[in-house]
Amino acid sequence: MHVFLCQGVCGPSKETTSKAAIRASAMSQAAPPLLSVRPTRGLVDEAFQVLVENLSPGVPVTLHSLHQSEDKHYWEAYGHYISTSTGVVSVTDDLSLGGTYQGKEAMGLLWSMRPVPGSRTGLRLRKMNVCSPMLVSISVYSGHVSHDFSQRPPLAAVLTERWFMAPGVRRLDIKDRGVRGTLFIPSGPGPFPGMLDMLGSGGGLLEYRSALLASHGYASLALEYFAPRELASADLELDYFEKAFEMLRHHPAVIPGRVGILGLSLGTKVGMYLASESSVKVRTLNCPVMLVNGLDDQTQPAVEFAEDIFHMMHSVGKDHLLTRLEYPDTGHLIEPPYSPHFRATNFIWDNKKGKGSLLWGGQTKPHSDVQEDLWTEILAFLQQHLYSRQSPRARM
Amino acid sequence: MEAKHRAVQLSVRPSRGLVDEKFVITVQNAPPGIRLTVHAFHRCEDGHGWESFAHYVSDTGGAIDVSQDSSQGGTYSGVEQMGLMWSLRPVPGSKPGLRLRKMNVETPMEFTISVHGGYLTEGFMDRVALASHAVERWYMAPGVRRIPVTKDQLSATLFLPSGSGPFPGVLDLWGGGGSLVEFRSALLASHGFASLALNYLSPRISQETGKMVDDSYFETALRVLQRDPNVVGTRTALVGLCLGSSFCLKMAAYSSSVKPRCLVCVSGTHVIPSPATFDYRNKASAKCRYNQDNEVISRDVLLPLLASPALKVDVGRLRCPLLLIVGQDDQNIPSYESAMDMKAMMEQAGNSHLLTVVSYPHAGHLIEPPYSAHTRSSFFRSMVAGQKTAFTFKALWGGQTAAHSHAQEDAWKKMLDFLWEHLYCGVAPPRAHL
Repeated sequence: MHVFLCQGVCGPSKETTSKAAIRASAMSQAAPPLLSVRPTRGLVDEAFQVLVENLSPGVPVTLHSLHQSEDKHYWEAYGHYISTSTGVVSVTDDLSLGGTYQGKEAMGLLWSMRPVPGSRTGLRLRKMNVCSPMLVSISVYSGHVSHDFSQRPPLAAVLTERWFMAPGVRRLDIKDRGVRGTLFIPSGPGPFPGMLDMLGSGGGLLEYRSALLASHGYASLALEYFAPRELASADLELDYFEKAFEMLRHHPAVIPGRVGILGLSLGTKVGMYLASESSVKVRTLNCPVMLVNGLDDQTQPAVEFAEDIFHMMHSVGKDHLLTRLEYPDTGHLIEPPYSPHFRATNFIWDNKKGKGSLLWGGQTKPHSDVQEDLWTEILAFLQQHLYSRQSPRARM
Repeated sequence: MEAKHRAVQLSVRPSRGLVDEKFVITVQNAPPGIRLTVHAFHRCEDGHGWESFAHYVSDTGGAIDVSQDSSQGGTYSGVEQMGLMWSLRPVPGSKPGLRLRKMNVETPMEFTISVHGGYLTEGFMDRVALASHAVERWYMAPGVRRIPVTKDQLSATLFLPSGSGPFPGVLDLWGGGGSLVEFRSALLASHGFASLALNYLSPRISQETGKMVDDSYFETALRVLQRDPNVVGTRTALVGLCLGSSFCLKMAAYSSSVKPRCLVCVSGTHVIPSPATFDYRNKASAKCRYNQDNEVISRDVLLPLLASPALKVDVGRLRCPLLLIVGQDDQNIPSYESAMDMKAMMEQAGNSHLLTVVSYPHAGHLIEPPYSAHTRSSFFRSMVAGQKTAFTFKALWGGQTAAHSHAQEDAWKKMLDFLWEHLYCGVAPPRAHL
């Protein structure tokens, strides 16, 4: 298999002696392989199919993904394959023999991404500007390559776009009577069920989950409740969350009787409070609750917390409203599917008085499987209780 | 749950796609067993509104799946997953004779798909839909590059696939309407072929000289394509539509410097494109048949020329595989008769093993990428000597909409498989394609 060197990606480049020699050899060599990714534009929670064709039979190749994040770090993943007797590699159907993922993993090139060698430690991949897609380049290399991908030319490469916002989703900055956040309204005339989305105490405003929820038909408010540089020293004022909830309920794009709350980490505690009408009376909850825990959560005793909630609700005969999902080997950060997993990332706390590495937990492969399953469960739960025509009934 | 807040859900997956990709439209959470209308709307670059619609009954779960359920009527009927795309037509009150084409291929076509209560046939814009969703349809995949080409007096646009290449190349010759039509080349690049869309009727050089380009213009275009560092020069094909097909055949048969690996000719004739035959066509146009809608049926014009060997490309000289795609309801040129005549000529010459003919009984002249809106007739201004004539007429292209649209889907797949086989040298047909 001959390999082509090509300079630049925009327009023809100048002829050089070495390029002429390569082109001469290209005249007599075998056909180039064909790499396809379907679809090339998708939402971040949509699966894609990566297929390589026109290889010789039984040759080793490496599938590779590359992404440059908004903060300019490079992330990559790769899998080692052997082409079939018809010269094909299908990531959906074939087994990766090694790399950043193994086995039959259709989306392994995304969820197993990690910072390229030489990067700073403790990086976290999060899209802050959700109006533009994540660009991921998928390439195929000859042989089983494990490092220095940028030093060698691929056999073929395809660019894919991964979007948080579906076409027609609208993004509105919210600054209303002290409530700060971003509202994402689905495509269409509405009104829509609403979601109050609290992504936890990471500080700043993370919009990506709300953008994705809007792409699934929920008018979702990504609520800002720690401004950057105001971490931990600010007391949470719980009536701030009540105000946000009311504002959402009364928004013209939202169906008043159909608003849910989605929390992660600290947001969960807030969510429980809001639903229960006072700070500790979980017993007064009257709506279905889905509580999700990763059993390898290293940040807080989430399992014990969930147990407490269960006992409190059981004591007033309301445990039928509670759906608990627990996943072994899964850490604290459960993000939309195919997101790379971070076992530990950098974290600044206490008004920059401290800085360190926070261990979130989780083993990459089970954690990634859970992210995929959980998102499906969450969407089904929301669909059942916010869209369905039947009266809401929690699952046992 | 209050009835007025029953939230009907509409989803289109994927909501961003290439124009030749399928999507699945579903409606959920409607009352069971009720009548609904699914509607598509698009405002084209010229500002005209286009729409399509279909009538469905929700199932016992209150759902509709357009890819599996049967339309009870509308602009299409039966089970047609992509019917809303190919049955688009101008909204009531539009000018007659419109044709839907995207000229700027760097932006997507934007559609609004909606669902309405009841069986509607008009007045969609006056009502609020139960639900709707914006959808983008692209000619260019991410990473595809569009490069205008003006060297060597060419008027052309090169589309390069995503990735580092190099890639097999295609010289893409559109039909006789003049100007530079890019969308097929953009789509071919999205499938891994470096494609050069060539304006051969109204390039700058013709506008300056007032004369049609000669053979060397096409030879130059192919040479520029082959020598591009992003192109594998030994793996090129010629693809034509209508008049473009005629030029493809002429070049492949007679030009010593043109040696493509294969040819694809859609809705074409092998009547030689030359000043003599152009002259004949323009004179004969005045004597064309008209149908009851005052639409010009020009297929008869070239028929007599099929009997004159001197006026036809000698396809017995072809040395590469040729794929002919024709619609038997082509009312514009006698493409089916031409294909049969080419077959006979090649059988006589002993090179018919190179020929594949695909003909579709109810397809018309404009066999375009799949899911394009079918246009049975539209206004057309032909070109003469690099200048648009003063003679604009409403051409009847032909084709029965549903059959024509199925043909477009099948023809595109066959074209891609054929190009793939001869330019990428695959052993098995590609799984990636449609």
